[in-house]
Amino acid sequence: MFRKKEWIAMLLAGGQGSRLYALTQNLAKPAVPFGGKYRIIDFPLSNCVNSGIDTVGVLTQYQPLTLNEYLGTGQPWDLDRIDGGLFVLPPYQTAYGSDWYKGTANAIYQNVRFIDRYDPEYVVILSGDHIYKMDYSKMLAVHKEKGADCTIAVLEVPLEEASRFGIMNARADGTIYEFQEKPKEPKSNLASMGIYIFTWKMLRKYLTEDEADPSSSKDFGKDIIPKMLGDGARMIAYPFDGYWKDVGTIDSLWEANMDLLNPNTSLVLSDPSWKIYARNPVMPPHYVSPEGKVQNSMVAEGCSVYGEVDFSVLFAGVTVEEGAVVRDSIIMPNTTIKAGAKVEYAIVAENTVIGEDATVGCRPESMTDRSSWGIAVVGYNVKVGPKAVIGPKAMVDRDIPGGETDGQ
Amino acid sequence: MANKRAMGIIFANMHDGFLGELTSHRSLGAVPYGGRYRVIDFSLSNMTNAGIHDVGIITHSNYQSLMDHLGSGREWDLARKWGGLSILPPYAGTTLGFNSGRMESLAGVISYIKRTQAEFVVLSDCDMVANLDLSAIIEEHAQSGADVTIAYRKDYLTGEHKDSTTLVLDGAGRVREVLLNPTHAGTYNVYLNIAVMEKAFLENLVQEMASRNLRSFRRDVLQEGSKFMNIKAVEIHEPCLKIDSIRAYYDANMQMLDPKIRAALFTRDRPIYTRVRDEAPAKYGLNAAACNSLVADGAVIEGRVENCIIFRGAKVRRGSVVKNSVIMEGTIIGEQVSLDCVITDKRVRIQDGRTLMGFHTYPLYIPKESAI
Repeated sequence: MFRKKEWIAMLLAGGQGSRLYALTQNLAKPAVPFGGKYRIIDFPLSNCVNSGIDTVGVLTQYQPLTLNEYLGTGQPWDLDRIDGGLFVLPPYQTAYGSDWYKGTANAIYQNVRFIDRYDPEYVVILSGDHIYKMDYSKMLAVHKEKGADCTIAVLEVPLEEASRFGIMNARADGTIYEFQEKPKEPKSNLASMGIYIFTWKMLRKYLTEDEADPSSSKDFGKDIIPKMLGDGARMIAYPFDGYWKDVGTIDSLWEANMDLLNPNTSLVLSDPSWKIYARNPVMPPHYVSPEGKVQNSMVAEGCSVYGEVDFSVLFAGVTVEEGAVVRDSIIMPNTTIKAGAKVEYAIVAENTVIGEDATVGCRPESMTDRSSWGIAVVGYNVKVGPKAVIGPKAMVDRDIPGGETDGQ
Repeated sequence: MANKRAMGIIFANMHDGFLGELTSHRSLGAVPYGGRYRVIDFSLSNMTNAGIHDVGIITHSNYQSLMDHLGSGREWDLARKWGGLSILPPYAGTTLGFNSGRMESLAGVISYIKRTQAEFVVLSDCDMVANLDLSAIIEEHAQSGADVTIAYRKDYLTGEHKDSTTLVLDGAGRVREVLLNPTHAGTYNVYLNIAVMEKAFLENLVQEMASRNLRSFRRDVLQEGSKFMNIKAVEIHEPCLKIDSIRAYYDANMQMLDPKIRAALFTRDRPIYTRVRDEAPAKYGLNAAACNSLVADGAVIEGRVENCIIFRGAKVRRGSVVKNSVIMEGTIIGEQVSLDCVITDKRVRIQDGRTLMGFHTYPLYIPKESAI
């Protein structure tokens, strides 16, 4: 028998993250490395555990291997539990056929049986593509206090950017009266953070109805939320004012990593009362050689720095050889930057080799045409040959032979 | 590869007396080392990497810190339904004291040994930093038919070591004589405190020694036993950093800065496991500088560190210069501090503007949680 739970969380981790291009070719967006030792999914998972949620269903679909392997038993997040814990929930076959997760709402619908086993009062719906630290228990307290059917976490964004988000228009008491998906003329600047708490009975009813509606796209933002609003369900906006970033694009992923290097950042990873847990690499501390220079950077275990590193994030097991320069860049696990190579304004993915004297990316100041400048990206397992040149804004997902120029 | 044939016994307290204040509140096995490890991590990881999944740790005293570190043994892959990690504190009523011998300790845990299913037993101390292939020694023992197989390394001893066992071997590698703490400087076959024997043989040995009131493995088994037992010695070529004094502890840390030593200690196929602390990656500030140093997760470097081992969560504030030092977990070094040849134990606080200096042959040790 399953013990009744007050609340459980469902984490939507099936998305491809197509706007991360080469970075999500072989893995789902929530498995993308972030912040020197984490993967994006560590943030919502750690938030769950720190908020007191002990049962989390992780819905996977796109390229699940890395994610499954990473999650394992859930032990790094303290989610290997006797009663509950972490469950990976892929789409499955039934006696009546099989189907992929057709949308976020359908993904939850296909796992109604999983949720029902715990008979929860409330279900938290999360996505695996945001970087933030949040105490969901405070949000639940508001949800209960207001007697809500659905509580949606919202963040004040600059009004000029509001048209990029789903905007919640709410009254002074927090009740939402209108939802605008990426509106041209936003009425408010309260953006949905993609964090929902539903009273399970209510959500269950709406999921079932939505599933039966052939015209629905089976999506929370497009179908469930508008339908509930239309029916006059009690929906509450829960304001959040901490650090929150959608890392769904190359630029935002790069920026969010760089935010960690800012001494005044509001995203503090070293707070012992709200740790972000991750699967730890088994590696010795990192080494900086007599010639090595490291400043304004984050460096994880197992790295060896013989060259120069400035304003960069080095993940576990990265080697920066002699004379190599890494600036304003993110170097993901086990990548080697060979001697004399220069990496600037770039994201270099896992297990990649940047050859001797190769160049990846450049500073915006060194461009004559600033509009063609952007972060250069080198994908997984790519070998960039000696003296090869990878231009700014390039997106490299194949090996580049020595001396060749790619991008631009 | 699971080595169901062997079990391991680690002696956690055998050398505590040689490290002064470092071991005044912990056993040698629990002494922090190399930025994120404890000395015992090496012995334990060697066992795990040899596929040994039954490991008993014999402790006598001050084992709180050790137990805290080891937990369920999960981080060494030793949280198992069958076997796994067993911490073996002394039974009440026995007379095990601080200096009690290994044989006496084994007699105290004989029921644990008897109950464990294994063909061989590996006995190991944890007074040394080394990454060794124990399965090769077990294999060697199984092949040779010796009564006991022990590991040694050719090393130079200054004659001042108070904790060394040296071996005289014949051409076939059989131990002919055992000398404790030689007083002349020179190159010796130094016993590494690792021994392999058949479990049944060990059970008999423990009983026999107990009935004769003999307690020491080195004196009573190796030294006396070499006269009538077939004790075979296997040479180890990998670097072995013995920690038998504060100075040796300091040197062993500094040797971690040598790329050759690191390459030998941290191999891909035989990783060294330790307890995970979920710290954020190390952070370097503006004008920070690190030179020939090892820096662990959670450290914050805003000043300058040179030839240092910086443990997890240690902080070096702006304007400070730390040279040739071992800075343990949670130590906070304020601004404009100057340190040279210093070992700070856990959570030491050094206020702004202080200058502390030891010498490389006599590092200055600052005890746990002191404020300067």
